[in-house]
Amino acid sequence: MSGSGTEAPRMSGSEIQDAPSAPADDVVIDVRDVHYAIDGRPIFAGLDICVRRGLITAVMGPSGTGKTTLLRLITGQLFADRGQVLVFGRDIATLSGSEIYAARKRMGMLFQNGALLTDISVFDNVAFPVREHTDLPESVIRKLVLTKLEAVGLRGAADLMPAELSGGMARRVALARAIVMDPEVLLYDEPFVGLDPISLGVILRLIKHMNQALGITSVVVSHDVQELATIADQSYLLSGGCVVASGTPRELASSDAETVHQFMTGSAEGPVKFHYPAPDYASQLLGEQEQ
Amino acid sequence: MSNGVRRGAALEGVRRFGVTSIFFVRLLAACLPALARPRLIVAQIFNAGGRSLIIIMLSGLFTGMVLGLLGQSVLERFGAETALGTLAALALLKELGPVLTALLFAGRAGTALTSEIGLMRATDQLTAMEVMAVDPMSYVAAPRFLGGIIAMPLLAAIFDVIGLYGAQLIGVQLLGVDRGTFWSQMQSAVGMHDVTEGIVKSLVFGVVVSLIAVNEGYQSEPTAEGVGLATTRTVVAASVLTLLFDYVLTAAVM
Repeated sequence: MSGSGTEAPRMSGSEIQDAPSAPADDVVIDVRDVHYAIDGRPIFAGLDICVRRGLITAVMGPSGTGKTTLLRLITGQLFADRGQVLVFGRDIATLSGSEIYAARKRMGMLFQNGALLTDISVFDNVAFPVREHTDLPESVIRKLVLTKLEAVGLRGAADLMPAELSGGMARRVALARAIVMDPEVLLYDEPFVGLDPISLGVILRLIKHMNQALGITSVVVSHDVQELATIADQSYLLSGGCVVASGTPRELASSDAETVHQFMTGSAEGPVKFHYPAPDYASQLLGEQEQ
Repeated sequence: MSNGVRRGAALEGVRRFGVTSIFFVRLLAACLPALARPRLIVAQIFNAGGRSLIIIMLSGLFTGMVLGLLGQSVLERFGAETALGTLAALALLKELGPVLTALLFAGRAGTALTSEIGLMRATDQLTAMEVMAVDPMSYVAAPRFLGGIIAMPLLAAIFDVIGLYGAQLIGVQLLGVDRGTFWSQMQSAVGMHDVTEGIVKSLVFGVVVSLIAVNEGYQSEPTAEGVGLATTRTVVAASVLTLLFDYVLTAAVM
């Protein structure tokens, strides 16, 4: 894991499933040989990811592999030290502030904790981007917001404050807010964490529904392998700062590669170290006893 | 304290000054678009000013009462208790009103601003705004900054008025200073420049306290401990800088 400074072994070329080739204009987000470090600690070392229009792309990996950082690179909140992040065909690092904002208006993002504005109601949260970016009359905004809230099953909660919502409800409101401007791309940051089975099922169906009914390109960053396998068209497995495997969830599940197998089966033993680097266990315990 | 530690502390101080200065410039740039959202600024005037009203009024009343009590007692020794109105008015308008209001504002509204923005940072609300292509500087920081600057002179004015009432309550109604003399002496001795000096001071204090409160919240570590530390820094830095600027402004006027 890059977080501990140790690089997981890269798989040989035969082990890596190449993403299906696609015409260039079909590619919405193209991450090319990205290197990124925080305080000298490498997070990415040659990351390549291609997100194609109309598909659900899953980015998986153990905690600390930089999945959220990847979303921040895509939305232009961070810039790569080396390499390119092409969003809608343009390198996000070369865009001006207003151009980055224009690109962000074409994207929606669902945050892990919802990130709802706590001082305004559910209705106002969903209406927030519409009021900020359009001059639509309030009557139209009301219909638009209620439509989106109905889509996530929370039309009845429009007048509640975010503090009155459960975790799952907050995430559904955040999803309604993310889609209210009809984005071309939706980015999901760990959408399944801490959800009860009902909320999880609803979120899963909503992601699939957004993709199929509205044609929204989706990037789902998560480590919930089983959930992702049911909805993803294309998957990338990150480890050691780069993609160690890619393909459909079914291909990844049947892979013999050690890293992929360890991640898909959730084993503590394997190339990805579960234990943080430490001195020898026995000698440390005995040493302390002698002291 | 070793040289290394001293040098490290000095460097950290310089770094903080630099970060705050850059933030101040960005904040000023964000004020223009924020003016297009007057509703947000009015809401922040209420949050910072309206919610500090009770503490300001109570403090003003007690400060004025102390002025009336001490002023009468001291001036009586020189047979000059008729100057009580002038003493109370000048002390409140030029010094106590702006300074005490700023200190109370830093403790009440400044800490609320810092912790609110810090928690918004910790819960990704500011990041969410950025991703929604809404600049949090002009939506969150600038309205709070402008709200603080507008609220401060208004609060100082209320502090002064209530303080004068407190001085009159003790000096005139309790200790027997002549009511006509109290008010007429004040009218003849207090000029518009004294009022202006107080307003300028409270405007400057408004800028200083609001800038520190908003900056500390915006730059705070996104953790419970980080927000707590930022809130403490707001009170300490805003109080010390208020007193420093008070001296500078008083010396400049004299």
